[in-house]
Amino acid sequence: MNLAYWIGNALLAGGVAFTLIGSLGLLRLPDFYTRAHAAGKPDTMGVVLSVLGLAVLEGGVLTVTGLKLLLTAAFVAVANPVSVHVLSRAAMRTGLRPWSRRA
Amino acid sequence: MNGALLAAVVLMLTLVGPVYRMVRGPTVFDRMVGVGAVGTTTVILVCLLGRVAERMDMFVDIAIAYAMLNFSGSLVVAKYLDTSREDPPR
Repeated sequence: MNLAYWIGNALLAGGVAFTLIGSLGLLRLPDFYTRAHAAGKPDTMGVVLSVLGLAVLEGGVLTVTGLKLLLTAAFVAVANPVSVHVLSRAAMRTGLRPWSRRA
Repeated sequence: MNGALLAAVVLMLTLVGPVYRMVRGPTVFDRMVGVGAVGTTTVILVCLLGRVAERMDMFVDIAIAYAMLNFSGSLVVAKYLDTSREDPPR
């Protein structure tokens, strides 16, 4: 259709792909810390890309709705790694040992 | 709009991974990471539903509120699960 349509849909597809990879990691990785890695980084990237794509599709980031979508992306980009890090810190302080091949 | 609907269907299939980790997680931390991943995916799903229903101005507020509730709930449960003896959590 036009440029914004293709850019928005490409960003949306990239975000869905990142979320899919994060879900696969959460299914397949061997212990809690590696799974926290899979839940922390690809999911954050998936939300940021998807929401930015939706902001482009909804008429640019300079409308009120676009700015709110941008705020959602910024908040999730800060909050999701922090929450996963706090969970990993609690697990480490509680005494959960990281996975190793010899253990 | 059809692209948004297709993305929503793929994301709902994607939710199998976190839900499996939530049900079968060996430790309680695995379950909490699964809950957090489900909440993160739900933020995208709410925005996509706003695009499908053509009411994005309303659904984006719900998405922001959901992201904040997910973050604060995860922080509180992490503080509750932290059972280290020395240097107790503040």
